[in-house]
Amino acid sequence: MDLFFLGSAIFLTLLMLLPLYRAIVGPTVLDRLIGVNAIGSKTTALLIFIGVLYHRVDMFVDISLAYAMLNFIAVLAASRYFQKRKGLYDEIEHRGS
Amino acid sequence: MNTIAVIMILIGLLFFTGGAVGIIRMPDFYSRLHPAGKLDTMGLLMSMLGLAVYALGDMTLGEALTSLKIILIVVFVFITSPTATHAIVDAGVRAGLEPWTQDRH
Repeated sequence: MDLFFLGSAIFLTLLMLLPLYRAIVGPTVLDRLIGVNAIGSKTTALLIFIGVLYHRVDMFVDISLAYAMLNFIAVLAASRYFQKRKGLYDEIEHRGS
Repeated sequence: MNTIAVIMILIGLLFFTGGAVGIIRMPDFYSRLHPAGKLDTMGLLMSMLGLAVYALGDMTLGEALTSLKIILIVVFVFITSPTATHAIVDAGVRAGLEPWTQDRH
């Protein structure tokens, strides 16, 4: 049973590479924000998988709850920040789109 | 009991893969948000429910409280994930990103 959880945890970590690719390549800054948001939500699931593997689920549940909150606040703050930053507009303007 | 948990977690992982691949393949910023939102909510919901069922394994009070907390996380993410996606779209619209149209590219 634990092997299944270990396998799914590893699969989840490998799955994180895709949004990481999006976070690196993403044309606009907000695409990177989507990548970070996706990785954050994967980490909350991963934390509980690790909790199950260590047979201490109640400790890791609190950690992943705190992580979900932090992820949410980070995305909100970042999207509010990038809304007004001048850099974002230049990036769009010179691309002419 | 465990088989239900395994099936749920597999479905959750399926949604996670769908979301992750969707984030890569979608052509435009706005269409990329759709799988990202789906990935957050649906993938998390199924895998968390599977884990909650597994954590509920032997029906003691402590186990029940833990699985209740896992379900609390799912509810929390269900409330916050759409708001976060909305904030991103709001920033995108203000920054002047137009949706992708078929003929432009």
